[in-house]
Amino acid sequence: MGDVEIALNRFGLGWKAGEAPPANPRRWLVDQIARYDPAPAGIAALPRTPEQIGKLAALQTARTERRQDRAEAANEPAPKAMTQPAMESRATPSSQPRPEAQLLKPLRDSYVQAAGARMAQAVATDTPFMERLVAFWSNHFAVSIDKGTVIGLAGTFENEAIRPNVNSKFSDLLFAAVRHPAMLLFLDQAQSIGPNSLLGQRAQRRGAERKPGINENLAREIMELHTLGVHSGYTQADVTEFAKALTGTTVTGLGRLARLLPYDSGRAAFVEQLHEPGARTVMGKKYAQAGEAQGRAILNDLAAHPATARHVATKLARHFAADHPPPALVARLEQVYLKTGGDLPSLYRALVESPEPWSNPGAKFRQPWEWLVAVQRATGLVIPAQGGQFSLNQLGQPTWRPGSPAGWDDLAASWAAPDALLRRVELANRYSRNLATIDSRTLAPRLFPESLSEGTRTAVARADSGQQALALLLVSPEMLRR
Amino acid sequence: MTLSLNRRNMLGALGAATLLPTRLAYAAAAQGERRFVFIIQRGAADGLATLAPLGDPAFESARGALAADFAGADKLDTTFALHPALAGMGALYSQKQALFVHGVGIPYRDRSHFDAQNVLETGGTKPYQTKDGWMNRLLALLPGGTRALAVSPTVPAALRGPRDVTSYANSRLPDPDAELMSRVSQMYAGDKQLHALWESSMQAKAMAAGNDDSGQDPVATGKLVASLLSGPSGARVAMIETGGWDTHFQQKGRIERQLKGLDAMIGALKTGLGPAWNETLVLVATEFGRTVAPNGTGGTDHGTGSLAMLLGGTVSGGKVVSDWPGLAQGQLFEGRDLKPTLALDAAIAGAVGAHFGLDPALVLATCFPGGGSKPIGGLIRA
Repeated sequence: MGDVEIALNRFGLGWKAGEAPPANPRRWLVDQIARYDPAPAGIAALPRTPEQIGKLAALQTARTERRQDRAEAANEPAPKAMTQPAMESRATPSSQPRPEAQLLKPLRDSYVQAAGARMAQAVATDTPFMERLVAFWSNHFAVSIDKGTVIGLAGTFENEAIRPNVNSKFSDLLFAAVRHPAMLLFLDQAQSIGPNSLLGQRAQRRGAERKPGINENLAREIMELHTLGVHSGYTQADVTEFAKALTGTTVTGLGRLARLLPYDSGRAAFVEQLHEPGARTVMGKKYAQAGEAQGRAILNDLAAHPATARHVATKLARHFAADHPPPALVARLEQVYLKTGGDLPSLYRALVESPEPWSNPGAKFRQPWEWLVAVQRATGLVIPAQGGQFSLNQLGQPTWRPGSPAGWDDLAASWAAPDALLRRVELANRYSRNLATIDSRTLAPRLFPESLSEGTRTAVARADSGQQALALLLVSPEMLRR
Repeated sequence: MTLSLNRRNMLGALGAATLLPTRLAYAAAAQGERRFVFIIQRGAADGLATLAPLGDPAFESARGALAADFAGADKLDTTFALHPALAGMGALYSQKQALFVHGVGIPYRDRSHFDAQNVLETGGTKPYQTKDGWMNRLLALLPGGTRALAVSPTVPAALRGPRDVTSYANSRLPDPDAELMSRVSQMYAGDKQLHALWESSMQAKAMAAGNDDSGQDPVATGKLVASLLSGPSGARVAMIETGGWDTHFQQKGRIERQLKGLDAMIGALKTGLGPAWNETLVLVATEFGRTVAPNGTGGTDHGTGSLAMLLGGTVSGGKVVSDWPGLAQGQLFEGRDLKPTLALDAAIAGAVGAHFGLDPALVLATCFPGGGSKPIGGLIRA
């Protein structure tokens, strides 16, 4: 694999039909940093966070009201004739669907729409390196729609927290990601209450059913996944202290706090009455700031920590060079991170200018999303939003649903599996049926001008139909790796 | 019998004007009873392995080990014998419902499947020169209500064009993936990681599928197409795609299975159509033939001249139409292939035109413009 292919495939999303190959591959990549558009039209047209939070709040209100109605109905004496009163009260006549279903549907639809827009943007983009970085950071700060409240917000999270910050400092990206409502809901921060906060004290005095308290989930994942990395020296006490410092950051109008904090802006908010008062000590350093500034100061220090530099450098190197990242590359990126205060464009430039990503061709196995995008860029195939999500489900990588805050794994072993390979072949077979006019013999050398293997070339040339030739090309070893 | 035609004496076998259809006014919007099915053999079917010229003195030496397929085969006439797998077709031949046109070729002379299939399907003289398919243009010559159908998930090139064509496929159709799967295996053979993964996935698939190992069911396809061609509102023009003909290695067993499948498909079609078989013409054709001599892997490589088959109740069968070029070294095209001496276009136009009561010259000009040949006559019962 030569430099052109490395630039197109390892750093990008594959050759796009009709585009001239980059004359200067490294320059082409670096120039994308400046050309990057954080809000391209297809993305900017999507519903935004406040609107989505409004929909979610309406849905939760409807559910609460139904529960109250049911509770009231259950307290009334049941008529004698009714043998199964509990069943009866739960049953909903089919002609009258629950109002929630109507409220949930727009949120589900907007997920498909946003996931489709993401795919379309990746297929159409002329800054594919940047689009890869959007996906990289979105996965680094993963939210998952496994948690129902996130379904309408995963797209707005990527578009409003990640996209505008991929060329910022890492600390800016970190602030934006961990303070977005999708993250606050996904990792339970929205419901975390300082036990000694105003509202926490009030609830305790009232003898509330559930004792208000902190939720450490976000604090732990920030340390373990987003910044320092696991086994980097922080303790449970540090996590707890950090969680206390983060209290107050929430989303109004949602959950059990909705009664106290009605929906207003539809954005994340800092609510002083939830914040645990007092100074905090995290990793040996005392933070005496009041209010939101306390959590911010800790985040700032986490972002500047050498362990974070190493963690981010390792992940970038693994994503763009090899499953086992070359130590020299990691060390170089780490130094750039520390020297520039986590300036992300500097890291991208260092990555492009390093020799390691330009060697060891085909070391990375394309993940399903990358492969599906590359298929469309190569062939001009347009997979509609719903169909794209169906395919990604089949391939084992549903959009914004990694199931874990750790995001999708970045190792070949996770993706190069027998059944997954079979599914790619099946999909390639299906897609190629609609692409009968493509001559794969001319397409193959355009996709892989420097590395088209004899095996693939022969398979394509000897195929017994154009459809079969294209299906073979789309699952060729060259196409499956980058 | 062998009707030996040559390109000179077959010209004008049909008087153009006398065959112009006279359609009744009320029939203009309805469709007729005549049915036409095109079975395309994608991948270059070996015509010499299908209908072998046992009477050609060069046959045994030129074909080498491949000649053994015909040991003990009954000859249709003094020259030709059908592959033993084609028992049903042999019976049709005896009933004068099967006719073979041997040594045919499309206008294209190179050996690319894609280019050649494109020419075969569009009816052009060069690949990608013509946008719509010859079967779609044929529809323009047929009564306005004539329905056309592709038996596949999408519409193949031969049927594409301005006239409406439906496509239908059900899950019991031959699985096109079977051939693809084996090609994928070959492609991954040299890739350690992918080879291991693929072998493992194939084993799992075989276990899951139980006794349904190939998914190929030509009988089901024949039955399905017969049902889709039945009744007053059924289709009258249909196309079936078959694959697996690209026998580069171990041809002996593969061609036998392929031909058995084709024979069974046609048998199921005939049975399913019942009396409508008498109103039916089936054309079986491929993009080009294969090398006369076997290659180093017990197969044959891409060639030129090939075979077309006409089957059905309207066929003036029981004969092989050919201007036989011979298999001796000096008689081969470019020293390796059966020389095409008849134009496939001319055979199709002659047969399809007469079958539908159309002027074959008009069919030729409409479906295969620019070819320059004349329709072959005598293929359909008068």
